[in-house]
Amino acid sequence: MGEMNLIGASVKRKEDYRFLTGAGNYTDDVVFPHQSYAVFVRSPHAHAKINAVRTDAAKKAPGVVGVFTGADTAAIGGLPCGWLIHSTATDGQPMKEPKHPILAEGKVRYVGDAVAIVIAETYNQAKDAAELVEVDYEVLPSVVDVRDAVKAGAPGVHAEAPDNKCYVWGHGDKAAVDKAFAGAHHVTKLEFVNNRLIPNAIEPRAANASYSRADDSYTLYVANQNPHVERLLMTAFVLGLPEHKVRVVAPDVGGGFGSKIFLYAEDVVLTWVSKQVNRPVKWTAERSESFLTDAHGRDHHTVAELAMDKDGKFLAMRVHTLANLGSYLSTFASSVPTILYATLLAGQYTTPAIYAEVTGVFTNTAPVDAYRGAGRPEATYVVERLVETAARDMKMDPAEIRRKNFIRSWPYATPVGLTYDTGDYEKTLNAVNKLADVAGYAKRKAESAAKGKLRGIGYSCYIEACGLAPSNIAGALGARAGLFEAGEVRVHPTGKVTIFTGSHSHGQGHETTFAQVVADRLGIGIEDVDIQHGDTGKVLFGMGTYGSRSLAVGGTAIVKAVDKVINKGKKIAAHLMEAAEADIEFKNGHFQVAGTDKKKAFAEIALTAYVPHNYPLDKLEPGLNENAFYDPTNFTYPAGSYVCEVEIDPETGVTRIDRFAAVDDFGNIVNPMIVEGQVHGGLAQGIGQALLEGCRYDPETGQLLTGTYQDYAMPRADDLPSYQIGTEKTPCTHNPLGVKGCGEAGAIGSPAAVINAITDALGVRDVPMPATAQTVWRALQSKK
Amino acid sequence: MPVKVSMTVNGKPATAEVEARTLLSTFIRETLRLTGTHVGCDTAQCGACTVHMNGRAVKSCNVLASQADGADIVTIEGVAKADGTLHPMQEAFRQHHGLQCGFCTPGMVMSAIDLVKTTPNPTEAQIREGLDGNLCRCTGYHNIVKAIQAASASMR
Repeated sequence: MGEMNLIGASVKRKEDYRFLTGAGNYTDDVVFPHQSYAVFVRSPHAHAKINAVRTDAAKKAPGVVGVFTGADTAAIGGLPCGWLIHSTATDGQPMKEPKHPILAEGKVRYVGDAVAIVIAETYNQAKDAAELVEVDYEVLPSVVDVRDAVKAGAPGVHAEAPDNKCYVWGHGDKAAVDKAFAGAHHVTKLEFVNNRLIPNAIEPRAANASYSRADDSYTLYVANQNPHVERLLMTAFVLGLPEHKVRVVAPDVGGGFGSKIFLYAEDVVLTWVSKQVNRPVKWTAERSESFLTDAHGRDHHTVAELAMDKDGKFLAMRVHTLANLGSYLSTFASSVPTILYATLLAGQYTTPAIYAEVTGVFTNTAPVDAYRGAGRPEATYVVERLVETAARDMKMDPAEIRRKNFIRSWPYATPVGLTYDTGDYEKTLNAVNKLADVAGYAKRKAESAAKGKLRGIGYSCYIEACGLAPSNIAGALGARAGLFEAGEVRVHPTGKVTIFTGSHSHGQGHETTFAQVVADRLGIGIEDVDIQHGDTGKVLFGMGTYGSRSLAVGGTAIVKAVDKVINKGKKIAAHLMEAAEADIEFKNGHFQVAGTDKKKAFAEIALTAYVPHNYPLDKLEPGLNENAFYDPTNFTYPAGSYVCEVEIDPETGVTRIDRFAAVDDFGNIVNPMIVEGQVHGGLAQGIGQALLEGCRYDPETGQLLTGTYQDYAMPRADDLPSYQIGTEKTPCTHNPLGVKGCGEAGAIGSPAAVINAITDALGVRDVPMPATAQTVWRALQSKK
Repeated sequence: MPVKVSMTVNGKPATAEVEARTLLSTFIRETLRLTGTHVGCDTAQCGACTVHMNGRAVKSCNVLASQADGADIVTIEGVAKADGTLHPMQEAFRQHHGLQCGFCTPGMVMSAIDLVKTTPNPTEAQIREGLDGNLCRCTGYHNIVKAIQAASASMR
């Protein structure tokens, strides 16, 4: 008898036992016979011409198996960019796509750019030999800030884009926006930087590649969020290897947050070189390499304006953004500040006209790509900072100005290209007001004042487009890949079930959530369902995990495959019970002839499918194994309301988050415990962005100044509050589970709430992120 | 120059000749193949490599294997009972969803056991302060704090 009511139950996680006992299997834990170890020689300069790379001494060093440079790999194609953006605001030309070589060819373009790989019998030998590689650099002027990079005469990162502009992309009705601004009662304008972040999954990137002469095949273990995409991009677009001869395994992966979506140069070099040296080759990033070379996030400079009528009704929004793309185009770099950003600028509001212009800019910094939220945190920050500031400009209550402008009927087509299927923003706002005890705020503020402290409160009402993505819509917008998901249900003869999913879990708990979904639908025990993922050798196909898509898209593919199993089971049951197929109902784990007590358990049907003695073999194949691909018809639109309360010591600028309340609408929820955990983690990253984290490059030399945990302020336990979490529910209308996705919400919604609270406390218009004690103290002094 | 090191790891003797520069974390992971101890940084900041050395939590990436010569080491693999029953701290992490990707988890558990040993009934503030040497990027620490609070009650 199966467990019932698994949907909505906080089932403890199946994966926890192995993680808690040290039995996880991460990429660096994998060691093959004859294992060799690689170290990359990296550029110490932000921009330099390579005159020569001398490897003789390194090649002769003890234990060295091989040394390879860009000269060896120059014939290999560059790393592809998965999304084509056109310069729609200017000449309409396709974006500039300079070659992104797997080892530097002739030039290095950021500190950390890989120049050579050294492979040795042991890691220490590889490290020692790497010290012997001599590179003759001719240092060139470099540029790291987007504002500097677009100035006339700035150092050019690529010959293909002498002005450093990859594209100038316009989105929305510019003429309508200009007209609305001309007639506006008031315009609220802000200029700010959305600070650059370094993802910092605690497991560093790692890869272990091996080649077999026996069958001319490759196996790549890699810390990655989407092994099939990794394989497709690497085989078809870079190395030209036969896809079916390459197996990519992403085993246990220690956090991703976007940074492990991408096809990185190291993964490709390792795969290629494993054949050259005919040995398994392993590389694990040191943390300093992670800081230097993991794709970074955010880094926008934005000027944003909101036009209103005299009642605070929004008339139009205009946004100009310079987006740092770094030195090379990473896998989804071009889409993050465009498709995933400007399409969200309506937020939760009826703003009728919106125009955004985004210039993607090359600089001598690490590539910038998707990091938890990817474009949507930047959009939310624009909208919610503008709205809160507009309320202050208009002397309106920040909740009331939002209510005045909320979208109140669905489906709702925004002026920036999305159609929200469902929502109830008033409900989440009301709920968060209650949860945050906004009514008691005045009293708390007075108490803080009595202690000599400044207290402030800030809202953020975010929306995100998740469940990436309808392939046809994405394709029309420039995506060079499909964004469906695949799933397979393998029913064993005893009725136990193994699920193969193209989604990838690197902390999200899919082994539990997906098992709940399947066990509930099949009416079997959750212990009878196993979830397999992360191996192209096992899973039929997959687009992986990012964009809060796993349950909405990957889960739906599994549900579709489960339903195929049930449909086949009905045919088998009809035969066994000599009934019409149309009369068979499946519920509570049994196939039952409607209106009778004749029934067969799921396991009996499974056994019959594999022991087909009494079976309609003339009409039906034996076996019980189904797969499905699911391509969503729309994005999903999780939305929520956050309230942050800060207390600031005016003497020191030290800012403490006293209360943080979050009410999210994720649609239906399968495992509330896991969902809350996702929100906690997202909030920590958003609060980290707002208060602590900021990647800094030296503007003169292009050196990364925040290259260790001593310089880059990762949120620690005593930097963060405990959170108050609530949910409201409007189920997604276009997937069978009614789910929307929850992985990114916290990181998307929270930064604006924190900065709105700080600016409220200080009585200033803006405070840059991260609002460190020094920044806050300075903002207070400038006010005096 | 190789050095000979001998220590007790999870109750069993472990002896090997290693390069003098070998870190305790490398010795545990590579020589003994106990891969539950993770390495997340190279500056003794993240705490993923935390083990118990003579009953005290230490960051094993910040100790040379030779410095641990003669020591009694417990890694995450030695925390549960021999029959597989989880230690109360491990069980509390499971019950309170104090882990997501699992990478920082071994270090967190080792630090948390030490924390509760030295501060038997910690307040939330004491727990947060006590976790200062361990980074987690997934959980926002909220549920780790709850787990340690619960474990401290059950370990009393």
